[in-house]
Amino acid sequence: MSNIKKAFENGKAFIAFITCGDPDLETTKEAVIAAVKGGADLIELGIPFSDPTAEGPVIQGANLRALNGGVTTDKIFDFVVELRKFVSVPMVFMTYANVVYSYGSELFIGKCKEIGIDGLILPDLPFEEKEEFSGICDNYDIDLISLIAPTSENRIAMISKEAKGFLYIVSSLGVTGTRSNITTDLDSMVSLVRKNTDIPCAIGFGISTPEQAAKYSSISDGAIVGSAIIKLLEKHGKNAPKYIEDYVHSMKEAM
Amino acid sequence: MSNSKGRFGVHGGQYIPETLMNAVIELEEAYNHYKNDPDFNKELNDLLNEYAGRPSRLYFAEKMTKDLGGAKIYLKREDLNHTGAHKINNVLGQALLAKKMGKTRLIAETGAGQHGVATATAAALMGMECVVFMGEEDTKRQALNVYKMKLLGAEVVPVTSGTATLKDAVSEAMREWTSRISDTHYCLGSVMGPHPFPTIVRDFQAIISKEIKEQLMEKEGRLPDAVIACVGGGSNAIGTFYNFIEDSSVKLIGCEAAGRGIDTFETAATINTGRLGIFHGMKSYFCQDKYGQIAPVYSISAGLDYPGIGPEHAYLHDIHRAEYVAITDDEAVDAFEYLSRTEGIIPAIESSHALAYAIKIAPTMDNNKIIVVTISGRGDKDCAAIARYRGVDIND
Repeated sequence: MSNIKKAFENGKAFIAFITCGDPDLETTKEAVIAAVKGGADLIELGIPFSDPTAEGPVIQGANLRALNGGVTTDKIFDFVVELRKFVSVPMVFMTYANVVYSYGSELFIGKCKEIGIDGLILPDLPFEEKEEFSGICDNYDIDLISLIAPTSENRIAMISKEAKGFLYIVSSLGVTGTRSNITTDLDSMVSLVRKNTDIPCAIGFGISTPEQAAKYSSISDGAIVGSAIIKLLEKHGKNAPKYIEDYVHSMKEAM
Repeated sequence: MSNSKGRFGVHGGQYIPETLMNAVIELEEAYNHYKNDPDFNKELNDLLNEYAGRPSRLYFAEKMTKDLGGAKIYLKREDLNHTGAHKINNVLGQALLAKKMGKTRLIAETGAGQHGVATATAAALMGMECVVFMGEEDTKRQALNVYKMKLLGAEVVPVTSGTATLKDAVSEAMREWTSRISDTHYCLGSVMGPHPFPTIVRDFQAIISKEIKEQLMEKEGRLPDAVIACVGGGSNAIGTFYNFIEDSSVKLIGCEAAGRGIDTFETAATINTGRLGIFHGMKSYFCQDKYGQIAPVYSISAGLDYPGIGPEHAYLHDIHRAEYVAITDDEAVDAFEYLSRTEGIIPAIESSHALAYAIKIAPTMDNNKIIVVTISGRGDKDCAAIARYRGVDIND
């Protein structure tokens, strides 16, 4: 059974995204611990990529700060081993296909298993290309997370049927980033998902306020928040963890 | 890869966000429909002939041939096309296709600005809105082209992320496309990105080799011994190669930008220094570090300053059908000056990379051999930058 399921056993799941190494790994560790204290049920650890084409300016900035700080995939693997001593909630890596592929897909995914990573989110890997990594992920019991977008329409059934771990529902067109208004008909997307799979689904892209968290977790199984947390790191740097704990707490409370 | 489409050997595919999948599927379906539609092809041919000025000339460079004292050199004059480069071939095709699909807005990336100018031109002609993404660094290197695009009614968005060059312009155009799909076509300028772009752009550029074949047959009654073109993403090169791929006697030679040299970090020679990766929607060769971070590449030529290469080129390299050589800034600038002086033709600095290699090999070949070099664009846009390179300060 997928370990990720545990994230959805404690009511609606709050999923926090944090870029590893922004501004340094010590802060990332404190930030993750703070998010879990605040009530996060699942952590998405971003491995920075030089050219993150699915990200808006906020997460692009985090990627850049992390890479400029000298973080690498190997350093992040070591870091997760250390982090796992303090954090027991499910954790997944979020990065780009080339980071996995260039490391050696088998080597990378095997390493995920070894260090206690439960899943992998690759925003530039659509259904048609998932076989690039899905066989290896299956072998190592790593859930390769599928995404569904507002433009998916006729593809939702096909994607849902083969989805693993949880389904990441992209709330809006465009790249990651906070939005004051989400206009997609998420209710009908979620009901199509429900018809085709039993695995949980969570909504991400554009969620930053407790009101949004309440609204979108009420129609799905959880809310994913990235840019709003990254903004706290951008603003407070090494002092961000205490703000993150409060912020996550306010979000989880509202859900 | 059972579901994967658009493969050239292991290369190609569709590594893009789910948000864009229906857009590329819709594009593929529309293209498959219209490419065999006689009305579409007639309309496109009329545009290419009456508006863009095709067929482009195949010019025998007699002075250059005599001076180098070896193989006969022909120049395929894509620089004589409307807007001054081969880019218009692809843009007219894609803009017409987008129009048939009901799109009203074109977005594009540009490096040297030639593709941006061509897209802005087609948008003006067809009454479409146009937004061009251009690395901030390139807006400085190619200020004249920025002015031209604005003159043609396009909006030019300077891209400041990453290295502020072509790869970042591609990333930004992809981001823009994910946020606005229903009325917008991404008019990609090279044989790269996710399927079906490498195939569509190749088909629209294949007219280059189709014409070379016919024109040389008329002039010489035979095939060339080698065709040479510069390669960034690789659209003029695949256009130059395509109709010769089955003719095994014709050597296909792509010239990459070595920048300051392939043994330095200041290079953009993907085949010579890159390795297999996944980026900008495709599997192909990319300049990258050991962790897969895309390298900040460098070339004097904004149009070749890209860390990847189109998937079909990667495949032609794998099967040893085409050869990819690296040409330095210095060699390209020498060739730029040489052709200007010798034939009275100022070539684009991109095309000068192809010329530089022809200048190297022509003297080593017998005088009954024939080389065709594609002059992908004209060099007016480069004069100020080359002057600066030579230490001459002119007012552009």
